Amino acid sequence: MLRLEARPEASRFWGLASPLLALAITVVIGVVLFIALGKDPVRGLQVFFWEPVRSPYALGELMVKATPLLIIALGLAVCFRSNVWNIGAEGQFVIGAVVAGGVALLAGKETGRWIVAAILLAGIAGGMAWAGITALLRDKFNANEILVSLMLVYVADMALSYLVYGPWKDPAGYNFPQTKTFDAVTQIPRLMQGSRVSIGLVIALAGVAALWIFLFRTRAGFAQQVGGLAPAAARYAGFSSRQALWIALLTSGGAAGLAGALEVAGPIGQLTPYVPAGYGFAAIIVAFVGRLHPVGMVFSAILMSMFYIGGELAQSRLGLPKSLTGVFQGLLLFTLLACDTLMAYRIRFARAPSLKGAP
Amino acid sequence: MESYALLLAATLNAGTVLALAALGLLINEKAGIVNLGAEGMMLCAAIAGFAAVVHTGSDWLGFAAGIGAGALLAAMFGLLVIWLNTNQYATGLALSLFGAGFSAFAGITYVQEKLPERPRFNLPLLGDIPLVGPALFRQHPMVYLAIGLVAALIWFLYRSRAGLVLRSVGESPESAHALGYPVRRIRLAAVVAGGALCGLAGAYISVIYTPLWVEGMVAGKGWIALALTTFATWRPARVLLGAYLFGGVTMLQFHFQGIGIDVPSQFLTMLPYLATIVVLALISRNPAWIRINMPASLGKPFYPGS
Repeated sequence: MLRLEARPEASRFWGLASPLLALAITVVIGVVLFIALGKDPVRGLQVFFWEPVRSPYALGELMVKATPLLIIALGLAVCFRSNVWNIGAEGQFVIGAVVAGGVALLAGKETGRWIVAAILLAGIAGGMAWAGITALLRDKFNANEILVSLMLVYVADMALSYLVYGPWKDPAGYNFPQTKTFDAVTQIPRLMQGSRVSIGLVIALAGVAALWIFLFRTRAGFAQQVGGLAPAAARYAGFSSRQALWIALLTSGGAAGLAGALEVAGPIGQLTPYVPAGYGFAAIIVAFVGRLHPVGMVFSAILMSMFYIGGELAQSRLGLPKSLTGVFQGLLLFTLLACDTLMAYRIRFARAPSLKGAP
Repeated sequence: MESYALLLAATLNAGTVLALAALGLLINEKAGIVNLGAEGMMLCAAIAGFAAVVHTGSDWLGFAAGIGAGALLAAMFGLLVIWLNTNQYATGLALSLFGAGFSAFAGITYVQEKLPERPRFNLPLLGDIPLVGPALFRQHPMVYLAIGLVAALIWFLYRSRAGLVLRSVGESPESAHALGYPVRRIRLAAVVAGGALCGLAGAYISVIYTPLWVEGMVAGKGWIALALTTFATWRPARVLLGAYLFGGVTMLQFHFQGIGIDVPSQFLTMLPYLATIVVLALISRNPAWIRINMPASLGKPFYPGS
């Protein structure tokens, strides 16, 4: 019989090995799935793990998708580390995109490049305000932040839909539900020619450093996390749980909103009903698979981006539905949670005590 | 008047989906387990049920397929949470994300399919009463089944010995364990039962409520059902009432459009989600009241001997 035996402290080895083991199990399940669907599993693995890294251009595309995932996950890590369950980053992303898009629509012929900064700040403000609703209801009314933040995702999607079908619809757009294409001056600056990688990547990496310093080198970051690990100890130390709640939600909301701004003024270039691409949900997986560690999340964001690109390639090259991405993303989180058991427990294969006595 | 009868009929129909799922989640939570995977289970059950009806032509086999899909996923969740001690919130979330992805993947070939028109059910005599008849007595049998389920659940939870054991596992698993009850197996049974009911709700959506398959068609009903258990302070009868209330809010948008009130449809679609937020805030405002009613060990892991 299987028995779990609590380790005296979490295993460092399994802390690193468990995401890798989870990935390995997900890949094995993927191979089985490809075979079951009658596809060549080698081709399947190729589109997911080789094609996205085979050329500089492909690598660039990998970074384009990893950037929003990483930025959102960095914010979510602050939440999850302080035991605040914000699962509505998707909604904060959408509102960030909407507010940023609203600013971008104001740009005209004589607008200067400063508009980019305004767009990014607007995105951050939008995401913060949206997450602030969840924080306010949790703080003042004790309402469960999981459900509130998630309900607000649907509300945000509807708000976007209202704007692009209604007041913000491009009058010259053949009645398509989309705003006019933003003026060229609003385009987020790119890092180099021939690739869509933008300064968003630099911002994301700066965010990695900032989060690392905040979490591991500042008193505020420490106070933030104690509340998540040991609420009683935090109270005793005089750390405010209300403050931790607000910091967590405003940080993650701002991060998600920033990602939304970078997306609409970057690769997308206008507001459409297809702005919500599930990054807010995928970032939850990024955060957990990256161990809520700033550096770990860089790797998991790249991995999750591979899943996105692999899904698109599986559709065009292998004739498989793009939704394969979601299957693998979900599987990865599942297997990771199971593998994490190894971190906190030793598995013992003990025989059930038998009546016959010692063997 | 006619339009109000229609509104009432549609409310009961929409409320039934929420009631079935929320009653399942109630069983989970009475045993101390929160399953955030409701949405994912319902989506997988919706496509499983729909596919079963397409291939067999039988609605009831569709429901059975939905129940099976829900129970299977719930068992997976239960094994992780109860035996491997994984975090309930994270695992439930994983189930929701996986369910959304998997149902979209599995349903891709069913997107164009439509189910044939089904004859309307009609309770003889009662169904012919003007106004009240069409509203209350021409519903799908599942609507009445859901009401019966509430009665059965009240009896089970508060009048039967097994129900008492289930509640004790949710209130104080340590005590139940000390008395010799197999806490983990009871919790697994509750989780599977809850998943089966969520599955039934999911299948009802794709087979009866809107007889087609669209990606993500559950549209947050699993999450609303989760909110309903809090709203109902974990009591079965209030779950049913809450479900009808939210069903009514969902249907209000069509009623508004029907009587020609000109509000952009997006704002009307927002209503059930906004209503959930408002109601959650009002209900949760008094933490003491929630504490009194909530199963004391809700969301807390239990591992014997640790």
